Amino acid sequence: MDRRQFVTSSAALAAGALASSAIVRAATEISFYFPIAVGGPIPKIIDGYAADFEKENPGISVKPIYAGTYQETMVKALTAHKSGNPPVICVLLSTDMFSLIDEDAIIPFDEKGEPEKSWIGSFFPAFMENSRTGGNTWGIPFQRSTIVLYWDKQAFGEAGLDPEKPPAGWQEETAFAQKLTRRDASGNAVQWGMQIPSSGFPYWLFQALTTQNDVVLMNQAGDRTFFDKPAVIEALQRWLDLGRKLKVMAPGVIEWGTTPKDFFERKTAMMWTTTGNLTNVRNNAKFPFGVAMLPAGKRRGTPTGGGNFYIFKKVSRAQQEAALKFARWMTSPERAAQWGIDTGYVAVRPDAWSTTAMKKYVEGFPAAAVARDQLQYAVAELSTHENQRVTKALNDGLQAALTGSKSPEQAMKDAQSEAERLLKPYR
Amino acid sequence: MIQRAHHAIHGWLLLLPAMALLALFTHWPALATFIDSFWSTPRPRRPAAFVGLDQYRAMLADPVFWQSVVNNLWFALGTIPVSIALALLMAVWVNDRIAGRALVRMAYFTPTMLPMIAVANIWLFFYTPQYGLLEQVLSHFGVATHNWLGTPATALACVIVVAIWKEAGFFMIFYLAALQQIAPVLAEAAALEGASRWTFFRRVQFPLLMPTTLFVLVNAVINAFRTVDQIIVMTHGGPDNATTLLLYYVYQVGFGFWDTSYAAALTMVLLALLAAVSLCQYVLIERRIHYR
Repeated sequence: MDRRQFVTSSAALAAGALASSAIVRAATEISFYFPIAVGGPIPKIIDGYAADFEKENPGISVKPIYAGTYQETMVKALTAHKSGNPPVICVLLSTDMFSLIDEDAIIPFDEKGEPEKSWIGSFFPAFMENSRTGGNTWGIPFQRSTIVLYWDKQAFGEAGLDPEKPPAGWQEETAFAQKLTRRDASGNAVQWGMQIPSSGFPYWLFQALTTQNDVVLMNQAGDRTFFDKPAVIEALQRWLDLGRKLKVMAPGVIEWGTTPKDFFERKTAMMWTTTGNLTNVRNNAKFPFGVAMLPAGKRRGTPTGGGNFYIFKKVSRAQQEAALKFARWMTSPERAAQWGIDTGYVAVRPDAWSTTAMKKYVEGFPAAAVARDQLQYAVAELSTHENQRVTKALNDGLQAALTGSKSPEQAMKDAQSEAERLLKPYR
Repeated sequence: MIQRAHHAIHGWLLLLPAMALLALFTHWPALATFIDSFWSTPRPRRPAAFVGLDQYRAMLADPVFWQSVVNNLWFALGTIPVSIALALLMAVWVNDRIAGRALVRMAYFTPTMLPMIAVANIWLFFYTPQYGLLEQVLSHFGVATHNWLGTPATALACVIVVAIWKEAGFFMIFYLAALQQIAPVLAEAAALEGASRWTFFRRVQFPLLMPTTLFVLVNAVINAFRTVDQIIVMTHGGPDNATTLLLYYVYQVGFGFWDTSYAAALTMVLLALLAAVSLCQYVLIERRIHYR
């Protein structure tokens, strides 16, 4: 390097340093993509949070961008990432973690040293299962849910059951459902005993059944699945029997979207659906209803669901720091409690439940606490490398079995061999 | 001579904006898709590699691809003839001087004006087991309850009905416009000759409508292979891929699985299929069309 080159390059370095410190001093702008998957004025709530955050952090400006459903948000975020201009922070499905890592799109939250550890450790452990892999934390729980059982107290009374007592185990669930199924003179059901939806993403509801049968569907590294284990096939057999053998549930594939409506219309006396529907049911059910943990098989169990915060890689260090600050602020106990009350999502950390706002809410609406109490039995939602493909293999198998085009054994064997083929390169 | 050159330049300049847009947004992407289909999907740790015909070989072994092709053929077969026939029937009817003609025309055209997402959601309710509209009507006739969209045997047919309902009104507008171009003297002449209504339609109206029929047919075929929104809303391709159509599968592979190269290969098949069908239509049917 000669003298002239040295001078110019050090000048460039100095200019660069000046420029970057100028950026830090000016407002750091962070774009924030978020999806909507439940009812209510979500964009207004989010905009309000962003404005409050900016007031407390004058150096940072947050641009919230509503990006559609989870799937659409993922498409937009990844496309933006591939074009080199990703959002700074994004709420995406917790199960998309492996896909985001494989695309080299995100950075872990705990690369940034010790102080964050205590924050990362403040969430319910069940929610962290889908947020960690390979020793790092890649996602921070934000809008998370589980599956719960809703029951129609009036229908219970009419069937001679105790309206205040939901089924606790599989046998009780079956017995109750049989009593609750009402048929007309020609034998057609006018009210089903129960309903487990199976359109769109049947794997999620199936995972509740497998967990209750005490078996897991995948390993923590996300490179192995166990779809053809006997206990998994047993769980599928139970799902099938409810519709075909016991005839307490409509046979075939049951639509996810109309399941709450079926409940309001009193076409089913019990339903399994997300805690995210809590506010919806509260507003629309014209009869007294109850919310309970899912009944236990060998144990109780439900998968978690919903979305995490992710911070993207191809943005400036200053933006990443600002995004981290924003994520911490959004998941503070008070904010987590408020978000849960506003939407029906499960507040993501235990100390959020001891805030005064949350205590008051639960006092007036005890059903809201059921999801929290069920968390101790919750497991990670199915998530692997090539997640969407592996999930589709399982979904196809489940629907094939439920519609009778394949036996449960065959359906699960096929799903497993497809998953095996997809996951081999990742081991 | 110079004048002629000027004319030519003038002409090309007029064509240029459209040509540039077409090249930029149609021809170049199609070409890029074709090239991409011979490469593997790039991943951060594995850059794209030339794989030749591997994507196409994988496609031949992919049961979901084959099922989506078969589904799409049934979908085309189910929607095209029925929607064209219905469109023609409605057009001939509302072309006559009947009471409330404007109202009837508008009623037929309404489905076309509604956004597909809204339509699909409405029909989702029609098909809902037990208390959906269809079930309520059928229950009066003592038909047992049926899970229309949740059974592989009926799901595709249900989707086809929605497509017909949505499309027939749109095609009717073209037929209606064409019918009004037919000179009234022909009808008068036919009436003088004592031709029946059916003979007049078969011998005069229908042949004169052939150019419109070709146009509508080409459009109907393209639409049949372009359907994706109603699948996303109504069935997500389920149950067990019973309603997966080609374009929906392309979307799923491209933006669900992020296997862009395989999606490119699938797109090429779709393109080739459409090109072949359109070519056939133009070459075979055009010969038999009477243009005035």
